[in-house]
Amino acid sequence: MTAYFGRRYALSASHRLHTAALSSEGNKAVYGKCSNPNGHGHNYVVEVLVSGAVDPETGMVVHLTELDEVVHAQVIDRFDHTNLNLDPLFLNRVPTTENLSKVIYALLKGALPTGELVHVRVEETENNFFECSGE
Amino acid sequence: MIYLTRRTTFSASHYYWNPAWSEEKNRQVFGRCANRNGHGHNYTLEVTIEGEPDPVTGFVVDLKWLRDTIEREVLSAWDHRHLNLEVPEFAATDSVATIPTTENLAIAAWRRLKPSVSGADGAHLSRVRVYETPEIFAEFRGEP
Repeated sequence: MTAYFGRRYALSASHRLHTAALSSEGNKAVYGKCSNPNGHGHNYVVEVLVSGAVDPETGMVVHLTELDEVVHAQVIDRFDHTNLNLDPLFLNRVPTTENLSKVIYALLKGALPTGELVHVRVEETENNFFECSGE
Repeated sequence: MIYLTRRTTFSASHYYWNPAWSEEKNRQVFGRCANRNGHGHNYTLEVTIEGEPDPVTGFVVDLKWLRDTIEREVLSAWDHRHLNLEVPEFAATDSVATIPTTENLAIAAWRRLKPSVSGADGAHLSRVRVYETPEIFAEFRGEP
């Protein structure tokens, strides 16, 4: 019987939305103040949703502390209190929250202790969020 | 198709313990959650109903009816209770227990709600989500 387990993590990072494919005016037109040269930051919330059978012995889809270890090792330790633009994964990718959700999905897919990754939701602010459920 | 969600809260205590295991193994797997005197949470229960808005009322389901149904079927049995000791679906025997994890609470809430909600006009239960804390939740979308 499939159930879903979700866990939310906090991550603070800076970024600048800017692409070399556009002129300075083009970047300003598309990204507005998100393109200011020195960047800015957010307190992101990363929600990880895992599906799987409920283990009859533990009552769990995935053990919380094992999931935490994976998410910290793969995602939080990598991005928390960093400048996202400087991470190799964003060298050729604008660190929009859409792309951050895709990158985090890819880092976690296949790394979970048990269960299947259903989605990664990244909340950039209380009012903006983005979800990646894979290809 | 519209998905309508009603959010309610309840407070309860519980502990995690598998009676088929040694004390040592329970402690190893469940950590502090295995403390036998229990501990408590402020839970949030979200119930999502799927259906088309009624052409006359514009409602998928009447929210007061939904609130009363959640109250009668779930909250009256769970709120301000010790889940392991007072709630039938989590009562342990000598060797078997349904441990009141967030996953099992989501399944149990679904089973309590399903018969009543299936009776509502054209609407049916889509999802039950239980938050144990703002950072931890489990969801159930029905039996296969």
